[in-house]
Amino acid sequence: MADLTLKDLYDGFRNPNVIKGLTKLINEEAKKLPHSINIMEVCGGHTHSIMKFGLLQLLPQNINFIHGPGCPVCIMPKERIDHAYILSMQKDVILVTLGDMIKVPGSLGSLQDARANGADVRFVYSPLDTLKIAKENPNKKIIFFAIGFETTTPMTTALIDVVLKRRFKNILFHINHVTVPEVMIELIDSRDEHVDSYNNRIDAFLGPSHVSVITGSKIYEQFPTKYHRPVVVAGFEPVDVMEAILMIVRQFNEGRCELEIEYKRSVSYDGNLKAQALIENYFEKTDLFKWRGLGNVPDSGYHLRPEFSDIDAEKIYANILPRKEIEDHKLCICGDILRGMAKPDECTIFGKACKPQSPLGSCMVSSEGACAAYYKYGNLLK
Amino acid sequence: MCLSIPSKVIKLDLERNVATVDTMGVKREAGLELMEEGDVKLGDYVLLHIGFIMNKIDEEDALESLNVYKEILEKLDEQERQELIEKDDNCQNRGK
Repeated sequence: MADLTLKDLYDGFRNPNVIKGLTKLINEEAKKLPHSINIMEVCGGHTHSIMKFGLLQLLPQNINFIHGPGCPVCIMPKERIDHAYILSMQKDVILVTLGDMIKVPGSLGSLQDARANGADVRFVYSPLDTLKIAKENPNKKIIFFAIGFETTTPMTTALIDVVLKRRFKNILFHINHVTVPEVMIELIDSRDEHVDSYNNRIDAFLGPSHVSVITGSKIYEQFPTKYHRPVVVAGFEPVDVMEAILMIVRQFNEGRCELEIEYKRSVSYDGNLKAQALIENYFEKTDLFKWRGLGNVPDSGYHLRPEFSDIDAEKIYANILPRKEIEDHKLCICGDILRGMAKPDECTIFGKACKPQSPLGSCMVSSEGACAAYYKYGNLLK
Repeated sequence: MCLSIPSKVIKLDLERNVATVDTMGVKREAGLELMEEGDVKLGDYVLLHIGFIMNKIDEEDALESLNVYKEILEKLDEQERQELIEKDDNCQNRGK
């Protein structure tokens, strides 16, 4: 067997001929489907790949995609962004966060606006960059505003680990990490009596790539067994996505309902145990975390364990951080889009009042949101 | 934001718990905090996410996938060749 090269890992999974081959196989297999199927790609990275590589156009009419809520920036509610805004405006504070957060608007404005109003906000590539900022500013409080799914959560805990072990005294944390399986359950079996999740049209899930690298595929076990939805964990490259679609279609044709991994080169059943232990050590689940567009989702967020309250910015600054709920924009139908009841271009404000430069709804906020992806690549669908 | 880039480990600094990785020609440092001690070796392929190595890419599994794709392509080539031959055999315009 020839040795693997880095180029193989890039080009091998983007090879247009392989995409063409898999397209043919999917189309042949789909002719045998007992009914049309709706696949939800949970993760925004998949939404982006599907739109960017024009994969929807390659699929037969009886395979549809529902774009899921897996963009951590998009689902961040205004209340939490307001927290970041208010913290950043404190005189002795430097607010540090990942670049993805720059444009996201809260009710007071975005962090970019805060910066224009004199706040010291730093956008970093890695959480570890926070250490350098803290060293250079010993008289300031550095608050790391942590965002992301399971993929990014362990990186925050690795930073916390270093901060505590090396006894940094001026770094605090505002935790907004969210988890995937709980929101998947919310979409198909909501515990909120106001949500009619039984009308959802999700038949199968394309499992996230890099969330699963950390958690392992074990977190999806309940979906085929308890909720009767097959899950295939797929890589982000177009060949990965097409192969996973073929695997899902074959499950329906063969009457199977299983958890499978397409992305075997990076995902195992158990995942990264060291990363999981770090999360367990520092975080515990929040009863309810509000998702922009979806509302409160049980057990879907993390906060710092009580024994770490002396680095918990949410506790230390509790007296200036509002607790009041803020409604989503009235015309925005992101909630329906995330549940697969509507497509982005069916929204009355899509591309008009709501654009990537000035997003009103959650799905337009980041390039991984369904609306932003349709705005950028959607003309290909017509 | 969950994207991460396949990279190759080209240097290990165990004292600082940091690896240097090559991401298609771009070299950068990545933290080893999320990996078990001794797990990452020179020449390994890894996924890099916001400054950390988050896993090792299994070479055997990657090669296996690539081989499956190769077989799919060969099968399709064969099918297409077959279809061309049949089309030619049934050509109505022959001899005209």
